[in-house]
Amino acid sequence: MNGPYLELVCPAGTPAALRAAIAAGADTIYCGFRDATNARNYPGLNFDRDEMASGIAHAHAHGCKVLVAINTFPRPGEAAVWRAAVDDAASFGADAAILADIGMMDYASRRHPTLRLHLSVQAGASNPLALDFYRENFGIRRAVLPRVLEVREIADLVARMQMEAEVFAFGSLGTMAEGRCVLSSYLTGRSPTSDGVCAPAEHVSYEETDGRMSVRLGGVTMNCFSRHEPASYPTPCKARLRVRGIASYIFDEPVGLNAIGILPQLKSAGVTALKIEGRQRSRAYVVQVIRAFRTALDALAAGAPVPPVDLSGVVEGHRETLGAYRKGWR
Amino acid sequence: MTGLTLGPLLFHWPRAKRRDFYARIANEAPVDCVHLGEVVCSKREPFSAPDLPEIAERLRAGGKQVVLSTLALVTSRREVQAIRESCDAGLLIEANDVSSLRALAGRPHVIGPLLNIFNEDSLAYAARNGAIRIVPPVEVTAAGLRTLLAHAGGMEVEVQVFGRQTLSVSARCYHARSHGLHKDNCRHVCEGEPDGLPVATLDGRSILAVNGTQTMSHGYVVLLREMAALAAWGVHRFRLSPQDVDMVAVARLARATLDRTIDAEAATAAVQSLIGDVPLINGYLHGREGLAWVSRSL
Repeated sequence: MNGPYLELVCPAGTPAALRAAIAAGADTIYCGFRDATNARNYPGLNFDRDEMASGIAHAHAHGCKVLVAINTFPRPGEAAVWRAAVDDAASFGADAAILADIGMMDYASRRHPTLRLHLSVQAGASNPLALDFYRENFGIRRAVLPRVLEVREIADLVARMQMEAEVFAFGSLGTMAEGRCVLSSYLTGRSPTSDGVCAPAEHVSYEETDGRMSVRLGGVTMNCFSRHEPASYPTPCKARLRVRGIASYIFDEPVGLNAIGILPQLKSAGVTALKIEGRQRSRAYVVQVIRAFRTALDALAAGAPVPPVDLSGVVEGHRETLGAYRKGWR
Repeated sequence: MTGLTLGPLLFHWPRAKRRDFYARIANEAPVDCVHLGEVVCSKREPFSAPDLPEIAERLRAGGKQVVLSTLALVTSRREVQAIRESCDAGLLIEANDVSSLRALAGRPHVIGPLLNIFNEDSLAYAARNGAIRIVPPVEVTAAGLRTLLAHAGGMEVEVQVFGRQTLSVSARCYHARSHGLHKDNCRHVCEGEPDGLPVATLDGRSILAVNGTQTMSHGYVVLLREMAALAAWGVHRFRLSPQDVDMVAVARLARATLDRTIDAEAATAAVQSLIGDVPLINGYLHGREGLAWVSRSL
């Protein structure tokens, strides 16, 4: 197949971001409905039914695909809401639905046999046996791989997984295995897996005492900053905590993933698509990141050197990491 | 009769401590089912695997059902091979990763609490795939549990009523990180904290416990006061997750609570005295943040 060097899959938190992302060079957009069926269920974000239908039509008119993320796990008794999201994604002509829940995959594969299904990173398939399970039972065509693998392990997995692989290339990402972390609900009652929210803003509070700013989530102190330090968002896996009396970022520093420097390695590993995180980020952010990756991918496709690009201004904490892709991260 | 299960030992205990623990469980603990197997980290497995057949035999001789729990995060070829071998070992398996579901398809198995299978559609699929018992994730609320029970069909439902709750699974080892090491050269430092490594906030509140690649609640979930209601709703089994406390005493208190030979309040107070100053939690079941303690009954 003579596809793009790597398919650039870009976030759209709003219809305006969808249009901007397409104009900036996205190959594919992913977005979700305005409810708990998607993992970025934040106020002011996401698409109502009409917006999704017209967003898909707009993308298709510009040669761009749309993947609808229905990538949370319905609580007992709530499956009908998720089924309706699958039905609507199919009827609006989505190019694929990104699913995490086994029940939803079972439903979608039987009810909409022609709808292409992608496996959400939330499904946490980190080995060929798990991927075989999803492919054989539900016809999954592509998996977004969890960020638990080094690049050489991704290559080994892609060679054995019998479906396309999509990996994260840029964004604010947690440290824990996706779909398998409830630290946020432990502190706030609101769940990443079923409510689609991590560290929701309404549970965040700030208090300044003696020139130091305490940042809390659910009333629990996640960090404390002096006046001269930049304050980071109190995501629990990026909290500064005390272990054996010593304060440290025990899980991970407030840093952002940027894999723009290892695109040839990801291509060699057999990866099909790159995912940019950030449906909750501004349109300007989305455009800046997409332009940078578009430029890099076009250069690589042409066999030209990749021009240097500085994304440190938009990366989380203004510090970049290769995360689990780098040996020694674990 | 409502069953009591001893969940898998989630901590890395020295070999002798582990052997002594299960010897005592086999002889003295009023539990009818015991889970063995390494759930957290495959690097620990060589330390426990050699004793596993003998411990399993001893537990069976003590009248316990033995279930083998699988690893929660499976990435390497060696780990995948271990999953295949475990699933073919002839024991009842608790699946904690989707790879196990593939290996167990069509055979009776248990859905562990680290799989996101809990709504009516995924439950129906799991039952068709051969699941006979399900342990819902820690987040399940009382209302959710009642709905889940209504959709469980022939599957037994088991709820954890004692011990730290696993809040996250990671590829990274935080125990190693706390010592300035990586997972690859970890020196098995997690052995030093048999009940988990305490993690506090900067203002000194104990909040979490690191257990290798897992992060757990600091408080122990204790649902002795809720057990009677849960059993009346149709929960079949209750799980005690091993901590570094007198688990035989915990099991006796749980059994006595189920048998109504002790008042649930008195049993809860007795558990509190066994575990020292670790707080009790039950927030998730009451629809609150997990670390909350709600003193009203269900």
